[in-house]
Amino acid sequence: MNTATTTATRTIADVSVGDELPPLTYDVTATTVVVGALATRDWRPQHHDYAFATQRNGVQDIFLNSPNQAAWLERYVTDWSGARGRLGKLGFRMLDSIFPGDTMVFHGTVTSVETDKAGCGWAGIEVKVAVGDRLCTTATARIALPSTPDDNPWQRRGKEWTP
Amino acid sequence: MSDMPAEIEALIDVPQYDEVGEFPVERGYIWTSCASVENGNPLFWDDAVADEVTGGPIAPPSMISNWFRPHYWAPGRDVQPMPLQVHFDLKDKLGLPEAVMSDNTVTYYEPVRVGDVLSTCQRLRSVSAEKTTKLGTGRFWVIDVEYRNQRGDLVGIESWTGFGYKREQAA
Repeated sequence: MNTATTTATRTIADVSVGDELPPLTYDVTATTVVVGALATRDWRPQHHDYAFATQRNGVQDIFLNSPNQAAWLERYVTDWSGARGRLGKLGFRMLDSIFPGDTMVFHGTVTSVETDKAGCGWAGIEVKVAVGDRLCTTATARIALPSTPDDNPWQRRGKEWTP
Repeated sequence: MSDMPAEIEALIDVPQYDEVGEFPVERGYIWTSCASVENGNPLFWDDAVADEVTGGPIAPPSMISNWFRPHYWAPGRDVQPMPLQVHFDLKDKLGLPEAVMSDNTVTYYEPVRVGDVLSTCQRLRSVSAEKTTKLGTGRFWVIDVEYRNQRGDLVGIESWTGFGYKREQAA
């Protein structure tokens, strides 16, 4: 079900527009939601208190918080890129909530591949997180990938780094 | 001619709410965050890989705002600080009691390193003219939150789009 990021190097030459990232499927539990909220220092009760979420927020259960979704999205994209992949930009929009008992599935597609003036390779990725037919989150990521097997985007600074 | 209150116009691009993080970036929280999403990226778990690739241990970029979320409790604190205070100021100043955040985008610059103490400020970038959506009538705004390390290096800019509104009155 889960993959582990490796130090293997995916270079920009290995990537083409339309490439699909391997899907990630994860069964969300109450523990997933609570651990995610605490890991992001989010103490708001709708992420750990069932009574508050259902009675005050009027939703069916506690639900994943935004910063933890960002962490999931980063993990999904860097599982694919490998450790030398360096996230330049991440944006997302939550359309529906993700609750305990949901099986969330991440799908990603490469939407752009380019090399900038400084020689840094960039991949644009569109990610969708769905629970069954319910689209819950959409995201876009811009991630730097090595231009050659010896290149390391993490060493780029100043004008060499234009995320 | 703009229908924007002068008080709001005067806030555009002005840094507000300078703040220094309550604690340095630390590995325990990095591991807790990675564990919460089962992120096995060796940059965060294997010092040899971190030394080789990033010149030492760093935090996952997506944790950038975590370093500014206040402790649940702190001695002598009576009021819990509000993150993104500019957003709540706008609601108040524009008389818009409801608000939703629609988009969040973060651009990452210098890596955040273990031991860094980050600082932040908020900048109102834009406020739209009045618009009516299915939620009600109000204004969209964009707020940037800028993060820097203790050396003054820019580490990230988080951009939020919000919509403050009044619900339509029932006929």
